[in-house]
Amino acid sequence: MIETRIERLLLQLIAPVVAIVFAALLAAAILHFTGADAGSVLGEVVAFGTTPASLVAVLNKATTFYLAGIAGAIGFRMLLFNIGIDGQYRLAVFFAAVVGASVSLPPVLHVTLIVVVAMAVGAGWAALAGYIKVTRGVSEVISTIMLNAVATGIIAYLLAPGRLAERVAGSNNIRTPPIPSSGWFPGFGVAGKEVFGFTLVAVALGIAFWILLNRTRFGFELRASGLSLRAAAVSGVNSKRMIFVTMVMSGGMAGLVGIPQLLGSSHQYGLDFPAGFGFTGLAIAILGRNHPLGVAFGALLWAWLERSSQILDLLGVSREIVTIMQATIVLSVVVAYEVVRRVNVRRQQKLVGRSEHEGIDNGAAA
Amino acid sequence: MALLLLSAVADIANTPDLLSRGAVSASLRFAVPIVLAGLGGLWAERCGVINIGLEGMMIIGTWMGAWAGFQWSPWVGVLAAIAGGAVFGAFHALMTVSFGVDQAVSGIAINVAALGLGRFLSSIFFEGQPGGGISQSPHVGQIANVSVPGLAEVLDPIAELETPVISDLAEIAIGMTTGVSLLTLLAAVLVFLSWWVLFRTSFGLRLRACGENPAAADSLGVNPNRMRYAALTVSGALAGLGGAFLVTVASSIYREGQVAGRGFIGLATVIFGNWMPGRLTIGALLFGFTDALRTRQETTMTALLIVGAVVFAFLTVRAIRTRNRGATFAYAIAAVGLGWWFLGFGVVPSEFVGFAPHLTTLLVLSLAHQRIRPPQGIGVPYRRSEAN
Repeated sequence: MIETRIERLLLQLIAPVVAIVFAALLAAAILHFTGADAGSVLGEVVAFGTTPASLVAVLNKATTFYLAGIAGAIGFRMLLFNIGIDGQYRLAVFFAAVVGASVSLPPVLHVTLIVVVAMAVGAGWAALAGYIKVTRGVSEVISTIMLNAVATGIIAYLLAPGRLAERVAGSNNIRTPPIPSSGWFPGFGVAGKEVFGFTLVAVALGIAFWILLNRTRFGFELRASGLSLRAAAVSGVNSKRMIFVTMVMSGGMAGLVGIPQLLGSSHQYGLDFPAGFGFTGLAIAILGRNHPLGVAFGALLWAWLERSSQILDLLGVSREIVTIMQATIVLSVVVAYEVVRRVNVRRQQKLVGRSEHEGIDNGAAA
Repeated sequence: MALLLLSAVADIANTPDLLSRGAVSASLRFAVPIVLAGLGGLWAERCGVINIGLEGMMIIGTWMGAWAGFQWSPWVGVLAAIAGGAVFGAFHALMTVSFGVDQAVSGIAINVAALGLGRFLSSIFFEGQPGGGISQSPHVGQIANVSVPGLAEVLDPIAELETPVISDLAEIAIGMTTGVSLLTLLAAVLVFLSWWVLFRTSFGLRLRACGENPAAADSLGVNPNRMRYAALTVSGALAGLGGAFLVTVASSIYREGQVAGRGFIGLATVIFGNWMPGRLTIGALLFGFTDALRTRQETTMTALLIVGAVVFAFLTVRAIRTRNRGATFAYAIAAVGLGWWFLGFGVVPSEFVGFAPHLTTLLVLSLAHQRIRPPQGIGVPYRRSEAN
């Protein structure tokens, strides 16, 4: 026995803990440097972040982040960098909102249709990147960055009065028509606030992702390809097909990112619809090591940081310090994982060396 | 050839603005930050590291440029922007080379951090200053413009003759020699200098060797890690200078969101230019041209439809000759589509023009991939003990 299960788990946990502590210390140092009292600011932030209203908001936001994180994690498992999550989900939620508003169906069917449209649009948009990666060898990093810009342009064109949207009276906002209430996803009340019903779906999707990875042949091939594309290909995995399918799955999941918000509270897509979750998703996937549970932890942390940072403006501190903190967490967690990996390799080499030594000594004695 | 085409199109579509001196100098102004970002991408990728953080480094450049610019002088701002970009470039090297962080992860983190830093630092240093706030800086002075003396007076009569081609040439010459910022000249020098250093010096050869095959370079006594530090520092400095251009030439203020994806377009020009500085510059000028047109006249864009149709028709013929069936098909569809668009609608929504560079990059990448040749070691981390 070279190492126990608990030891391995502890080694896995060291990196994120170190990263978060480091980021918090850095934030405190910046606060101190700019003349604020880091201790009292932290106290206020924690107090605000743990109110029931905050916790519900965190849960709702984390649902969105979680879907983005899983979308990123699916790609990462295949060594694919889906920077296009942002474009995929905006295009998906836009068309889902348009389709959802233009039909009238019985409740369950209506919601299903919206979800299917969102997944199909996200998957289709990602499939473009997957296709040119497989057939033309174009790096998905570059192609998805470009596709994001194209998606922005398409939405900007279609989201205009007289096309697929209408102007909101008395404001500068432009929105798609509202989805009738048969296309709403009911939430459930906690502490007087409403939690998105889609949160449960997100949890189910996380479990499905885990089963897919660990209990199916596809998942095995995915993990094998992610560890070594060449080795997997030699043992009979069709790597091109894997790349394409993974990209499509990642895009389909990305298509759902805006859905909790769309079905749970806004019911229409407008200029004010939250955007820019693409990088968040990747960051959370990295933090959570592409594991469904890890991603959930990352999503909750991210959502909590964003929510509790809202109090900072009232305290006279720019809330962007949280963005800096998040970037620090991502970088330091990756560095920490790498350091842990190297330490671990060295430790195992030592252990193996020692046990071999003992074996030789025993053999000589016998 | 291209000029003839544009000149004819300007006549047909009745859009004299297409080749006016104003359009030319605006294109130049839009192109320079893209050129600088592209050069930054080139230096990094030629040494084997993808620099997705270019966007963030440009943001740092804009902020530093404004911060130093409004307190002292625009030139100090330029220096500060270069320094700020270089520091972040070196940081990218620290992460990817020394700590083994994935190149895309580090780049993304830099972009996110730069956004946050820009706002955070503005809230400390710009808020409360005259005209400053959390999303913009106080007024920054501009870098001086220069003109070739006397040339405009000589060329003006020719331009007013309205003879096709010749007058257009005169307009272009005036546009390129009148009111040119000193930073634009600096950028032109840097394009040449990048080519010379990368392709005509032994340092450049070594740097490129680390981008093609770092293990081989290492075995010949070149330290790839040190090279990548150097390349990324230069890369960041160039991106920072691009940011400074936005603050001290294209406008006279730092504004949030000012970089607007130019770092990513810079990355695209690297591919567009097949990892060569000259072609990269041509690509950037094209992107700058579409950018400039978008901000000028809606009708001018219509003219570009014809240009696009003709270019794609030309590409179709060439693809038929090389028997590339897929490309023939794709180019033909594009040519017919653009021609039909011009005849049928005659208008290009400005939203579509916005992603023209990105779409072009995708097309170039997916259709011309036999002719493009990225450095072989690109994106692959190099660790000395694990080389094989």
